[in-house]
This record gives sequence, C-alpha cells and structure tokens, in this order.
Amino acid sequence: MAIAVEMPKMSDTMEEGVLVAWLADEGDAVAAGDVIAQVETDKATMDLEVYDDGVLLKKIVADGASVPIGGLIAVLGKEGEDVTDILAQYGGGGDGAAVSEDAGQKAEDSEQPAVPSGDGATESIPEGYGHEGQQPEPIPTPAGDGGTAPAAGDGGRIKASPLARRMAQEGGLDIATLRGSGPEGRIIKRDVAAALEGNAPVAAPAPALAPDRAPRPAPAPAPPMEEGTYEAVPITQMRKTIARRLAESKFTAPHFYLTREIDMARAVEVRTQLNATAEAQGLGKVSFNDLVTKACAVALRRHPGVNASYLEAEGEIRRHHVVNVAVAVAVDEGLLTPVIRDADRKGLAQIAEETKALAGKARDKTIQPADWEGSTFTTSNLGMFGIEAFTAIINPPNACILAIGTIRDVPVVEDGAVVPGKRMKVTLSCDHRVVDGATGAQFLDDVVRVLEEPMNLLL
Amino acid sequence: MSESANHPMAELQFREALRDAMTEEMVRDENVFLMGEEVAEYDGAYKVSQGMLDQFGPKRVIDTPIAENGFSGLGIGAAMMGLRPVVEFMTWNFTFVAFDQIVSNAAKIRYMSGGQLKVPIVFRGGNGAAGQLAATHNNSTEAFYTNVPGLKVIAPSNPDDAKGLLKSAIRDDDPVLFMESELMFGLKGEVSDEEDYTLPIGKARIAREGDDVTLVAHSKSYWLAMEAAEELAKQGYEATVIDPRTLRPFDTGAVVDSVKQTNRLVIVDECSPYGGIASEVAFRIQSQCFDYLDAPVARVTAKDTPAPYAKNLIEAWMPTVDEVIAAAKGALYVE
Repeated sequence: MAIAVEMPKMSDTMEEGVLVAWLADEGDAVAAGDVIAQVETDKATMDLEVYDDGVLLKKIVADGASVPIGGLIAVLGKEGEDVTDILAQYGGGGDGAAVSEDAGQKAEDSEQPAVPSGDGATESIPEGYGHEGQQPEPIPTPAGDGGTAPAAGDGGRIKASPLARRMAQEGGLDIATLRGSGPEGRIIKRDVAAALEGNAPVAAPAPALAPDRAPRPAPAPAPPMEEGTYEAVPITQMRKTIARRLAESKFTAPHFYLTREIDMARAVEVRTQLNATAEAQGLGKVSFNDLVTKACAVALRRHPGVNASYLEAEGEIRRHHVVNVAVAVAVDEGLLTPVIRDADRKGLAQIAEETKALAGKARDKTIQPADWEGSTFTTSNLGMFGIEAFTAIINPPNACILAIGTIRDVPVVEDGAVVPGKRMKVTLSCDHRVVDGATGAQFLDDVVRVLEEPMNLLL
Repeated sequence: MSESANHPMAELQFREALRDAMTEEMVRDENVFLMGEEVAEYDGAYKVSQGMLDQFGPKRVIDTPIAENGFSGLGIGAAMMGLRPVVEFMTWNFTFVAFDQIVSNAAKIRYMSGGQLKVPIVFRGGNGAAGQLAATHNNSTEAFYTNVPGLKVIAPSNPDDAKGLLKSAIRDDDPVLFMESELMFGLKGEVSDEEDYTLPIGKARIAREGDDVTLVAHSKSYWLAMEAAEELAKQGYEATVIDPRTLRPFDTGAVVDSVKQTNRLVIVDECSPYGGIASEVAFRIQSQCFDYLDAPVARVTAKDTPAPYAKNLIEAWMPTVDEVIAAAKGALYVE
C-alpha cells in the first residue's frame, strides 16, 4: 500500500507551507527520518522528514508550491507500486482545504488561490474528495460575484452525493465551488445541474455569514506601472503572516501609547561592571536590551493586569502565571519574536545567553515553533539604529509591547545646573481592551524605577 | 403485467392461479404430486388445492400429519428418486420445524453429491405478516431462506405472476421456495390464457415507470409501493416501481438500470430490517451503481421487534404507505 506524505502542521500559527526545495528525487529510496524537502512556514524554513521507509514514487507538488496543512506532498511505496488510489483519495486534497478559513482569508485578500493550480505549482490531480485532515472548520466565503460559494463540510471534507461528484467531474466543475442544498449542506444532483446550466444553486445565506464577515470592498488594484520599472518580489509566508497578524492587531486592539524617558546613567555603569566581570569569567556580554528584558520581567510579575491577554472568543481576560518576554528580532524576510521563558526568574547572564542563541537561530532559520510560542509580553528595540523613540504594534495575544529607543547623551538640569546625562525613551503600546491608562503607567513606572536603580535587578 | 399483455386474460383469484399452475403441471407430468397438511380431504387450509383430490386421487394429492420435518424429508427423498413433489406448508411460520431438511438437505444435496443427485422440489405456502396472529405466526421468512445458497426463493405479488412462476418452479431441477402472502389468496387479477404459460425465474417486472425515484417491493409490499407511487404522482413525483418477483436469484440489473435513471432507491420489505432483503438489495445497488446515487438508499421494513398482537400495534409494526412516501421524499430531498 502506497503511503501519502502530507504537509505537517509545523507551528501553531501555520496554515500552509511552501515547498522550498526538494532534497530527494522520484525513485530514491528513503528511510524513516530522512529529510526529503525543505518547507517554509510562516516563521521558518524547516526540514520535511518522512515517517516510513520506501521509495519516493511521486512528487505531487513542484518547488515553490504552497500546500495547505494535510495536503498531499509526495507518495512513498514499493518500487513500481500503483499510486492512483492515493491520488484519487487526495484528488482535490487542495479542494478540501480550499474551503478552510485560511483559504477563505486568501480569497478575500484576492492574492492567490489556496492551491496554485494554474501556475504549474501542482501537477494535475484527479478531482474528487476533499481530504479529511486537520484543517480548521470551514467557513463559507461570500461569493463576491454572486456566483457560487464553497459548500460546508465537516472537518474540511465536502459533502456531496456520489452522483453529484461524478456529474461535477464530467462537467469539469470544481465541486468545492458549489453550495449544497441537501441535508447538512450535501451537494446533490440538482445543485450540480444548476451550476452546469449556469444558474448557481440558490441557497439560503449561510449562517456563518455574520455581518462582521460581510464581503469587504475589493482591494485597490495594483497601480499601473510600466513593466521593467520595478522588481516583483513574491510575498513570502512570513510576510503574509506578519501582514495579517499585525493588521489584525492594529485594527482590532485599540492601542494607546505611554512614553517615558529613563535615566540610564546607572544602568550604563552597572553594565560596564557586569561585562568586565563576565569577560573575566569567559561569559558573554549583557546588552542594554537584556537589562530592559529583565526589568520588564520583574515589573510584569508585579503587574498581572499587564501580563495578560484579551481573548474575546473565549469571553475572558487571561492573567498569565508565567512571565514570558518575547524579543523582536529582525531577519531578512521580516521579524520574529523568540521568547525568553520565565524571564523574571532568570539571571541576566542567562537572559543574555538565551537571547543571543535565539536571535542566531532566527537569523539562520533554524528556529523552532517552541522558540516563539507562548509569549505574554514583547519588547522591540530600534536603539541600535539611532531611533530616539517609536511606537510598536502589539504582538497578539499580548496586551502590551515596549518600544525601546537609543540611549542619548543629553544635557539635563540637576540641582539648577545643566549637566551631562544619559537618557533612553521607551514607549509602551497598550491594548485598551485590557490595560487602562493608569495600569499601563504604573507598570511603566516600575520598569523605569528598576532601570534607574539597576541594583534592583540583582535582587 | 407486461409479459402477458398480448394475451387474452381471465380474472382469477391468487389461490385459483396457484391451483391452475399445479393442476396443469400434474396433468403435463405424472411425476408431479402435492402433499401437505389438509391439502386433500379439506381442500387445503386456504382452499388452494380445492378439487384436486377428486381430479388426481389420493396417490397424487396426499394429506400428511402435522409433522413438517417428516413430510419435508419425505418430499426431498422422493425428489432425489426422480419425482417432482410440491410440498404445501400451511404457513411458512411452520417451516422452522422443517428448517434442517430444507437448509441442510434440499439446498445442499446437489452440491454435496457433486451433481449426482438433484432435488426438484417446490415448497410453497402462506408467508408474511398477516394481522393479529401474534409473534410466532407473523414472520416474513424470505430473508432466512435467501441466505442459503442452493435455494431459489420466489414471492409473487399477483395471480398472473403466481401462475407463471409456480409452473416454472415445478419444472425447475432445484429446490424452489414459493412464498404466497397470507393476505393475498383472495386477490383477484388477470391471468394469461396462454397455453402452457410460464415466467422466467430471476426476472423482475417493471410495474410503473417514473424518473424521480425507484421503489422496489415484492409480494404484498408491492401494493404498498404502488399506492405510495400514486400518491407521490399527485404531489408531482413520478416513481418507478419494480417487483423483483424472484428474491433469489435477484434481478439486480433491472434495479441498477432504473437507479441510473432516477438516482434514488427505496426498498419496501416486510422482513425485519437487520439482514433483510432490503439490506441485500441496498448493498448490491451501492456496489454496482454507487456513482449514480444522489441520496442514501432508503428502506421501509417491519419494525425490529417480534410482531405484536394488538391490532393498532401490528398495524404500526408493519411497513405503511405513509412510510414509503416519506422515505421516497427523503430520498428526493423534498422533506
């Protein structure tokens, strides 16, 4: 029996993966644990291992193809084994996924279909049954053109009578584009017949089409530009994810901003001393960012209202018992937010070491989902680029993010005299649904106090 | 009745058609004889054999004691020796005491003897649920016997089919079980006057044609299906009604052809649902024309309990016209 290799779910937020490169060829013998391809998720490029021994009988997708979770990537089996059964079983594996929320999102974005079929990314797959995978609950997308809409199914599977499937196949119709009028949305003969006649099946509006899911206005078309005057860069999975999550955060979480200026003179001194000691002991250096991370962690422990998440769907605000501080790291494709777990209970040296290791993994793309999941607060530092102050967008489901500017030498008035000082501006972005002004201000005050008297960090 | 449509007709009761079939075969072949409880002196419990004792004498129309196992075995032995017995059971409910003879001997001797022996016997009698007869006397036994390889099982719905098929059964070289609904002996219908009229075993009859749904029903259930089809037609849905007539062998092709047109199938059957005739038909259809089905195959059967005695309960227990209509509309997705 041939064995299907499916797109695995490599992270919590992953919805589809791009097959970046094949590392094995058809006809190659592979063993369980062998890496046959590299897959780019929303966060990183990861190895795709096989779980069985066999021969790589067929590559289903081409380099660069985007495959939803559970979609068929390759078929393993014995030399010369027939793979038609598997293909039939997955035929339109993409179809099933095409009604997933993910694909619905994309349809709205009008960027590209969930399963690139016309661009040669996928080889011809017999039309047929949606794959019963781990796709999220399908949500019918509004039919912008008044045409057809995907049928509801259970677990992404499309319900259709055998006859309807055959008629659709013979008529060259993608069954996933139909809405069923039978029990539980089953697509039946009359639905396909109507579609073949050009009359889209008239079905009652799906209950899922609540007002907040109403069709959005079509995005503006790309501005006309003379060919050859620009470079078209494909949108990567990571960029898509960043775009979606940050837009979601900015549009749904009402942000407000609190800015403070911190006297960093003592922190600079302490850091110099610490690093002298660290160097003597052969330890890595502690950065200002590490000091801020630790200061935030200490303050978060005292302010559970800030170390929180607003979860509307669950109907609750979650006050976290752990303090996991994510640190935004810029990489070529975008940015990642690896997490320092239990940062309030870790020493500066450990925070420094972990941050350095995670940033390295982020940059060379070996970072794992476990490294970025589960943050309760995030910091973002642009000080190294000379940025004096900025505002950051909250990293959901965090309630706050701290934007850190550069440390400047500035004249300050002390006891009536102007003296040199070292100042750093930080801006706390707060989700007003969970953090109110005073709550955020009190937390920020604690952060400031810790950094202005860094001996507090050692307690 | 399509096969006989070109021939002159006589109006006969179901019991008269059976009697004519046996009489004609006994005249034609002296090896044919009838035996059973009260078939001779009493003219038959349901008067099927009325007058036959007078016509053929006590050596060919034989009264037996109440001993189904014994006289069934006697008939099987006679058939093995070259005679062609017709064994009447007062009802198929009583065949349970002859079960071993029918299942272990009649069905299997030809196979187990490598074809050296054959058993050209007909077992016939009243079958099916028949009103207030209580649990032990209210069995539709078709499914018990169609489960046995080596037996042929026939259950006609009208006098014409009864005559043509019983004559074929008597001439068949294998054991044939001929099941007559107890409530249909008085049913009148036109019967072919054709000389030596026989019908092929294993060929269904298309009683009514429509494009919307296929109803399959044999014996008494056939009349439920026809009544349901008429009511459905009033509501705008045209049903094809197929009377399989023979349950083993079963004319699967006729049903497949129809389902390919209608895409929907409802089977009506007085047997218990579990492992019943309807189950077998449903299996055959989904395996042979799965891609033509637009709805799950539906069945209307007796309820899955022993038959109740009370009048209102037995009526609720048996399949009803309303249930057939509801099943058809369910398959049509209109309810």
